[in-house]
Amino acid sequence: MTVARALALGIAALILGSALLLAQRAETWALAPADLGALRFTLTQAGLSAAISALLAVPLARALHRRRFAGRGALISLMAAPFALPFVVAVLGLLTIFGRSGPVNMILAALGLPAFSIYGLHGVVMANVFFNLPLATRILLHGWQGIPAERFRLAQSLSMPPAAQFRHLELPMLLAQLPGIALVVFLVCLTSFAISLTLGGGPKASTLELSIYQALRFDFDLGRAALLASLQFVLCALVTLAAMRVSLPAGFGAGLDLRGAAPAPKGWRRGLDIVWILLAAAYLLAPLLAALIKGVPGLSDLPPGTLPALARSVAVALGSALLCACTALVLALAAARGPARGVELAAMLPLSASGLVLGAGLFIAIRPFAPPETLALPITLLVNALLALPFLFRLLLPPARQIHQDYSRLTDSLGLSPTTRLRRITLPLLARPLFYGAGLAAALSMGDLGVITLFAGSQGATLPLLVQQLIGAYRIEQAAAVALILVTASFTLFTLLDRLGNRHADP
Amino acid sequence: MKTTLLAAGLFALATSAMAETPVLTVLTYDSFIPEWGPGPLIEAGFEATCACDLQFVAAGDGAAILARLKLEGAGTDVDVVLGLDTSLTADATATGLFAPVQPAPNSLPVAFADPNFLPFDWGWFAMVYDNTKLTTPPTSFEELAASDLKILIQDPRSSTPGLGLVMWVKAAYGERAPEIWEALADNIVTVTPGWTEAYSMFLSGEADMVLSYTTSPAYHLIAEADVSKSAALFSEGHYLQIEVAGKLAASDAPALADAFLTYLASDAAQGVLITTNWMYPAKTPQAGLPAGFETLIQPATSLLFAPAEAESLRAGAIAEWQAALSK
Repeated sequence: MTVARALALGIAALILGSALLLAQRAETWALAPADLGALRFTLTQAGLSAAISALLAVPLARALHRRRFAGRGALISLMAAPFALPFVVAVLGLLTIFGRSGPVNMILAALGLPAFSIYGLHGVVMANVFFNLPLATRILLHGWQGIPAERFRLAQSLSMPPAAQFRHLELPMLLAQLPGIALVVFLVCLTSFAISLTLGGGPKASTLELSIYQALRFDFDLGRAALLASLQFVLCALVTLAAMRVSLPAGFGAGLDLRGAAPAPKGWRRGLDIVWILLAAAYLLAPLLAALIKGVPGLSDLPPGTLPALARSVAVALGSALLCACTALVLALAAARGPARGVELAAMLPLSASGLVLGAGLFIAIRPFAPPETLALPITLLVNALLALPFLFRLLLPPARQIHQDYSRLTDSLGLSPTTRLRRITLPLLARPLFYGAGLAAALSMGDLGVITLFAGSQGATLPLLVQQLIGAYRIEQAAAVALILVTASFTLFTLLDRLGNRHADP
Repeated sequence: MKTTLLAAGLFALATSAMAETPVLTVLTYDSFIPEWGPGPLIEAGFEATCACDLQFVAAGDGAAILARLKLEGAGTDVDVVLGLDTSLTADATATGLFAPVQPAPNSLPVAFADPNFLPFDWGWFAMVYDNTKLTTPPTSFEELAASDLKILIQDPRSSTPGLGLVMWVKAAYGERAPEIWEALADNIVTVTPGWTEAYSMFLSGEADMVLSYTTSPAYHLIAEADVSKSAALFSEGHYLQIEVAGKLAASDAPALADAFLTYLASDAAQGVLITTNWMYPAKTPQAGLPAGFETLIQPATSLLFAPAEAESLRAGAIAEWQAALSK
C-alpha cells in the first residue's frame, strides 16, 4: 500500500507540478472569452464520443465473445491498431473512406443521394469512435471472459431465457465495466485537439487543448495556460469520482473455468451478431487498410533515417510498456484491496494532462540540470508510460477487484506469502489484461508524437516525428511508407505481448 | 530503462568531450533539420569554414521557437535563432534577447529594415490547386467566396500559414475583412491545426484549393516532375512571409554567430535553401533560380504589415476570423 501511495503521489506531483511550474512564472491570470465556448464544445464532443463508444462496444464485445469464426483472433488483435496510427495518417485513412472522393460518397452519388460531409461535430465523434471503440470493446471482452463459463452452463441447465441470462449474468458485469470505459474514452477525448480541429469544420470546434496551445505558443500567456490545464484536471477529477460512485463490482464469486466459450444462441440473435461484427470490422479496418495501402509504393524509397528511428521507437515503446505495466499493477492491486480514492484519481490524472503543459513543465524542470534535448528519449519514455497508465489501470482494476473478492479469504487462511500469492494467483489471473495492456501501452507509445516535438534535437527522431517531417517537406509517399512501417512494428509488438499474455493465462 | 539512462549518460559525456572545439547552437524549426532538409547541407557548409561544431536544436515551428526562447529567458545556451518570421519579430524584439546584426543585401520584393534580424528566405502565400481539375481558378478572395469551390485553410491560433492568411485578408480588405470571412465561410471545408494536415488532405482530394505558398508547385514540378499543381494569382496582391535569423545578445560565441549569419546570406547557403525549404532565397544567387521556378506566378503586389503593426493587429484579426467563421 505504501509503495502504491508513493507512486500515486509521484504521478500526481509530476502532472500537477507541470501546471504549477507554468503558474509560477505567470504574469496575468485570466481566461479568454472564447475559452468558455471551447469548454462547451470539448464537453459535448467528449461526452458524445464516450457514450457512443461505450454503447456500441456492448453488442460488439458480446458478439465477439460468443461467436467463433475464422479470423476472429486476427480481428480482435487488429482492433488495437488504430491506437498506433499517427493522427495525420489515421485522419487520411478515414477520409479515404468517408471523404469527398471516397467510396461512401461514390455510392451515395450513384444512388442519387446527397453527398455526405464528414466535417462537423459528427465527424469529430466518428473519428473518436474509430480510435476508442476498439479499446472499449476489448475491455468489455475481458469483462465477458471474466464471467465463469459454468455460470452460463448453469443458466442453460435451468432453461433461463436469454433475457434473464442477460439480467443475472451480463448486466452486473456491464454495470461494473461501462462507467470505467466511458470514463476513459471521455478523458481521452477531453484533451484531443487535432481531431476536433481537423474534422470539426471550423473554429466552432475549438477545444480547451487548442486554447492551451494558443496560450503557450502565440500569446505566451503562462497564467492562462495553467488555468486551462487546471480546468482539465478538475474536470478529470469530477468525472473520475462520479464514475467511481456508479461503478459496482460484479460479484459473481470465484469461478473454475474462465476459458470456456459462452453459449451462442441461434436464430436472429446469430444474424444480429454477424451484422455487428461485419459493420465494426468494416468501420475499423477499412480506413486502416486504406492508410496502409498508400504506404506500399514508397517502401522502395525509404528516407535514410528510417531504421534508426524504428529502433528508437521500439526501444521507447518497450521501455514505456514495461514501466507502465509495473506501475499500473501496483496501483490496481492497491485500489482493489479497498477504497483508495487517491490512488484511483492519481491513476486517471494523466489522461487529463495537456501534453503541451506537461512538456513545457518538464522543460522548465529539467533545463537547470541538463540540455533538455539530450534527454528527449528518456522523457518521451516516461511521459508515454504516464499517458498509457490510465488505460492499463482501467483494464486491471475490475479483474483485480474480482480476484481480491474471490481469493483474499482463501489465501489469508492458507497463510500464503504475498510473493506466492502474486505468483500463483494474481499474476496468472491478471496475465491476459496485463499483457494486453502492455501491448496497448507499447502501441500508444509508438504512435505518440506529443512530447518528442518539444525536446527533439538534431538527432533522435522517432517514427511519428519522421512521418510529420516528411509530410512537412511535401514527401507524402515516403511519409505513408514510414507510417506503414510504424504500424507494422507497433502491431507486431502488440500481438507478441498479447499472445504472451494468453499463454501465461494458463494457471 | 537502464540502457536508456546509460545511453543518455554516454551522450552527455560525448557532448562535453566535444566542447573543446567551439560550439555554435542554432535553434530552428523541426523541418529544417532532417536529412532531406536544409540543415545537414548548411551545417557541413559552415563547418568547413569555421573550425567549429554547429549544433541544431529544434522546436516545432516559428511560434514554438519564440515560446521556447521565452521559457529559457536570458539563460539560454542558444547562439542563433533561425526561423522566426515577420509576424513574430516585434514580439521577439520585445523580449530584449536579441542583439543587432550586420545587414546584408537582399532581393526581397519589399524593403526590409530590422536591425535585429536578417532575412534568409521568403515566400508569397497562395491558394494552390490542381490545374487538371480546376481550369479557371478564382482571381480574388471575392471571386473565391462567390464560387462554390472548397478550400482547406489552417488555424491562425496554431499555424504560421494560418496566421498569414488572416493577415493577408486583413491587409487586402482592412475593415471589410469580417465580411470577406463570412462570405468565405461556406467555401471552407475545415480548418486544420497545421500546414501538414491541410496539404496532405488537399493532395488526397478533400478540397479544390489549399492555403500554401506560390512556390509549392515548384516542389511537385522539380522533385516529382508533376505539372498538375498551380497557385492562383489574386488581384488583391499576396501576403508575404519573410523568414529571418537573429543573434542572441547573451551568446557566448558572438563572432561565430556573426560568421554564421554571413554564411547564411552567401550564395552557397541561399542555393541550398531554395530546393530544400522550397522558398525564394533572400538574395538570389549568381546562378539564378533553378529551372522550373520561372513557371511560378509572380504577384504584382506584395502585401506585408510592418512587424509592430502585425503585432498590434494580430489578436483583433484572429478574433474577427473566429467570430465570422463561428456564425
